[in-house]
Amino acid sequence: MSVLVYVENTEGKFKKTVYELISYAKSIADLYGSQLTALSIGHVADDELKSLGRYGVSKILRVDSEQFKSFVNQAYASVIASAAKHTNANTVVISNSFSGKGLAPRVAAKLGAGLADGAIDLPTIDGNTLSIRKTAFSGKAYAITELTSAIKVIALTPNSYDVKENPTDSSIEDFAPENEEHDFDTIIKEIVRASDKITLPDAEIVVSAGRGLKGPENWGIIEDLAEVLGAATACSKPVSDAGWRPHSEHVGQTGIVISPNLYVAIGISGAIQHLAGVSSSKTIVVINKDPEAPFFKVADYGIVGDAFEVVPKITQAIKAYKG
Amino acid sequence: MKVLVCISNVPDTTTKITFTNDNTEFNASGVQFIVNPYDEIALSKAIALTEAGKGSITVIHVGEPSADPTIRKALATGADEAVRINAVPHSAWFVANQIAHYAKDKSYDLILLGRESIDYNGSQVAGMLGELLGIPSVSAVKKLDIEGERVVVEREIEGGKELLSLPLPAVLGTSEGVAEPRIPNMRGIMSARTKPLTVVEPIAVEELAHIVRYETPAPRGAITFVDASEPEKLVELLHSKAKVI
Ligand SMILES: Cc1cc2nc3c(=O)[nH]c(=O)nc-3n(C[C@H](O)[C@H](O)[C@H](O)COP(=O)(O)OP(=O)(O)OC[C@H]3O[C@@H](n4cnc5c(N)ncnc54)[C@H](O)[C@@H]3O)c2cc1C
Repeated sequence: MSVLVYVENTEGKFKKTVYELISYAKSIADLYGSQLTALSIGHVADDELKSLGRYGVSKILRVDSEQFKSFVNQAYASVIASAAKHTNANTVVISNSFSGKGLAPRVAAKLGAGLADGAIDLPTIDGNTLSIRKTAFSGKAYAITELTSAIKVIALTPNSYDVKENPTDSSIEDFAPENEEHDFDTIIKEIVRASDKITLPDAEIVVSAGRGLKGPENWGIIEDLAEVLGAATACSKPVSDAGWRPHSEHVGQTGIVISPNLYVAIGISGAIQHLAGVSSSKTIVVINKDPEAPFFKVADYGIVGDAFEVVPKITQAIKAYKG
Repeated sequence: MKVLVCISNVPDTTTKITFTNDNTEFNASGVQFIVNPYDEIALSKAIALTEAGKGSITVIHVGEPSADPTIRKALATGADEAVRINAVPHSAWFVANQIAHYAKDKSYDLILLGRESIDYNGSQVAGMLGELLGIPSVSAVKKLDIEGERVVVEREIEGGKELLSLPLPAVLGTSEGVAEPRIPNMRGIMSARTKPLTVVEPIAVEELAHIVRYETPAPRGAITFVDASEPEKLVELLHSKAKVI
């Protein structure tokens, strides 16, 4: 019996969300009193792999051949399932990242495992039953899922578990997975990454703006504030629908659901569909010129005022504070 | 081109979510149900791909007779026929198995569904279907073009995007940007009444995961207002009280 965690690399490096994921998987392994094995697919340097030991990984399985250079959903799912069998894992932990959302259901189906998607905290274990909480109804509620299968797959929502150091001696082992005939039918044509930008699902601080900004040409003040805060930018649905901002920034019930430490909403009214996607943010600041805007009802801090005057002032105040 | 579009029946986005029976069941009383907004995008794309006699669209839903108005709405929007697997859709694994069983010998070229449903937000069915049918799947695509025997899609990745080419048939979860939304017109609404809606009994599926209980988030504390002329006060509160900067 053991716990297997799939560690996704981004161009050969592990991001903070991977260390969160391992810390989480290590806590589950501790609940079972078992070992944690990490599976890495693609090329990652030894030093980077060894960094996983700091968070409690005992063994690292490495699959690093030309075939696996870039992510192919089906092929990677086969590798994970094959590693789960190889390590006799009873629990497989995957990130609920964009790629993870494609992998987890395929891995679960291959293993005949129950899947808890979008987990937000540690499971409770009772005999063979594992109970786990996830957000449902796009953030309007939580659902507690029970997994009763012999093998379980858990997909952890990024940003929902703190990194915990747990120095462990770890060894690297090359692993030869079993793949299926059609695993490589999908061809990756191109990958485009804006490397300097903080990405929305990983961001600890998010600065978001709505129709109150009047037009795309006014986003400079939003980007300036995001920059001083080290934040990602987001927007309401009408803003991306109008093409002022890309769809990838749209948060809410029909957009991305986020739970950053700090969410700053500027010129957004606070419609129920918008709130659904952001209400699990730890702290919410609302800036709106209308004192009756519904968003104020669910915010921790509020400023009633014109965004075009208030936002640059806040940016200045944060600059002054950061020195 | 033969397209299968999977739709789920979800509470309208303005619904206040409550539960009954000791928080074990969603309280559907007085709730308006709609076609899951992401599934609407899938359907709109299917219509664009099959327009002008270039193919046909079947919509499939796993659910009870109470979902028939939602299915008729999909027919009114432009699907040619509908199938309802007559069962409570109690888990993604159950739903995926029903659809896979129905679809396996019908040679669909493409299976489309929304990237997630706005009720359980699982994003599970696409991947499970792909695996059960032994074909490729992408959980969320932002663009989709047919190129001969293959489909070229764009999907989002953290901080960027990826362009992929997959052989058909494939299962694709759709998100915004894939298609212009279609709404039913008068002719569509009239013809929807006579389009076939076939009811099929479910197959038995082993249960691996199920929801046992719901919780509603704790309400937030009272708001603290800061005067627009004192932004440094906000910074101070975020630093020393909220401890987020
Ligand atoms: C099926 C469905 C799904 C939806 N899903 C989503 C979703 O996922 N995400 C989402 O965001 N929306 C969603 N919506 C839309 C939602 O209902 C609202 O229409 C939308 O959130 C409103 O966007 P907004 O707050 O930017 O614009 P508005 O509602 O127009 O609000 C603009 C706000 O800016 C303020 N303002 C104006 N000028 C200034 C100024 N100079 N300074 C400061 N404040 C100013 C105004 O007081 C107002 O409160 C959905 C709707 C439907 C029907």
